[in-house]
Amino acid sequence: MGWIYWFSSYEHTKPLALVILFVTFVGIVLYVYGNKKRGQKLESYKNIPFLDDDETNMREDKK
Amino acid sequence: MTTTEIGSNEQYNFDIVRRFSFTAVLWGLIGMSIGVWIASELAWPFLNFDIPYITFSRFRPAHTTTVIFGFGGSALFATSYYIVQRTCQARLVSDFLANFTFWGWTAAIALADVSYMLGYTQSREYAEMEWPIDILVEVVWVAYMAVFIGTIMKRKQPHIYVANWFYLSFILATALLHTFNNLAIPISLFSMKSYSLFAGTQDAMTQWWYGHNAVGFFLTAAFLGMMYYFVPKQAGRPIYSYRLSIVHFWALSFLYMWVGAHHLHWTALPDWTSTLAATFSIMLLLPSWGGMINGIMTLSGAWDKLRTDPVMRFLIVALSFYGMSTFEGPLMALKDVNALSHYTDWTVGHVHSGALGWVAMVSFGSLYHMIPRIWNTKIWSEKLIGIHFWLATIGVLLYITAMWISGITQGLMWRAFDQYGNLQYSFVESVAAMHPLYMMRAIGGMFYVSGMLLMVINVMMTIRQGNNAPVQVPSGNLSVAGA
Repeated sequence: MGWIYWFSSYEHTKPLALVILFVTFVGIVLYVYGNKKRGQKLESYKNIPFLDDDETNMREDKK
Repeated sequence: MTTTEIGSNEQYNFDIVRRFSFTAVLWGLIGMSIGVWIASELAWPFLNFDIPYITFSRFRPAHTTTVIFGFGGSALFATSYYIVQRTCQARLVSDFLANFTFWGWTAAIALADVSYMLGYTQSREYAEMEWPIDILVEVVWVAYMAVFIGTIMKRKQPHIYVANWFYLSFILATALLHTFNNLAIPISLFSMKSYSLFAGTQDAMTQWWYGHNAVGFFLTAAFLGMMYYFVPKQAGRPIYSYRLSIVHFWALSFLYMWVGAHHLHWTALPDWTSTLAATFSIMLLLPSWGGMINGIMTLSGAWDKLRTDPVMRFLIVALSFYGMSTFEGPLMALKDVNALSHYTDWTVGHVHSGALGWVAMVSFGSLYHMIPRIWNTKIWSEKLIGIHFWLATIGVLLYITAMWISGITQGLMWRAFDQYGNLQYSFVESVAAMHPLYMMRAIGGMFYVSGMLLMVINVMMTIRQGNNAPVQVPSGNLSVAGA
């Protein structure tokens, strides 16, 4: 269990955290922008707010 | 890609949205009026009238609590309940719990305001509520989380729209922040007073970890959720880039958590913590501006709406203030700039360019969009919205300009030395130099509150003319692209 003390030093954990988080971020960017087909699918979700428009239900004669 | 058929006769719970919308507007008027009063007290101190309940020290937390949690919080409850139902095509999971969040939240704000005026405060900025009210907020928040997550879990739309991600991030982060910043031991079961579990520098660090993340998650992430729904809806076109919104969400959520220590530059806090916070503050500029550009570019090809639609004007100017504040924030987080700006009115100006320019304006735009729809009518007066917009814009510009000049003057006066190495100015000389700027700030606030009053009138007349029948989704099936 001696290896666990390696994590108790800021000199070790700070660069380790940097590597993990940077790789995660690059992973997210690659996931989002790395594949054209996936990109199109993701962009299709932007229309969700318009799927249940209630404009036709508005009373036009209220004012 | 799969397709999901959505039943269109789903009834939404808009009753809770109506309640929160209405109280948001009322809290806005009350909180901003208190703000103008205390700004006027600083310019004309006789306004204290020697009444302890309305002195600056007691009214100030009443102002911040009422505008942030009363106005902002109620607007967030209203819009999140509206958006989560409409984008998930599902009714709220529990009407009882939703109603509980309304009464619990409203009671917490009212109790907090009364307790501050009676002199009860735990003296933690934006977390002044004493422990019994903290517990009430905690219970309400757990109920809110249950309603929001429960509704997402029963959604008919396979994909969770990005606005809900921002709301979810805000709900989870606020739960963490509120819990850990308010850990305290009460003096006794029947006393309002308590002692913080933390002490010294750790106490300050915990407070500003809370304080800045209240800005980051309560006043930014959540209102970005609002932006990602209402800007496309009002513009009548989808968000500029959905992929950018995903990167925006993850980068913002991750980076904000680290920046609180920039409130404690040049203190007993370890230097590396301070440097870390400054570094992350600079990095925050990227997702913040990415989000701002995403919102503003949604209007690409329809810029004429800015000329013709006052609601759109509110939303886009809010985004402009968001961009400006998130540029100013990292600048002020730099240690050398902070050495000048900290403890001065520059900070107050910065907070209000975010609060009045971004948070309140995006809320105004969203509420003006939503209120006629949930009352099944049209807005009573579009012209009043236009007047409200200009009153708010002039008000916020007067306010922040006064505070920039005031803050930089203060900073320079406090650090000025004469030829013998003595301080050139006494503190009271800097106070006297601020007087015209404090008057200008109070006048700016009066403009802003006048606009808020017009909004209250407009909303009340809209409600009066609306019928209370619940809105129905148009008939027919909806085909939704899903994963």
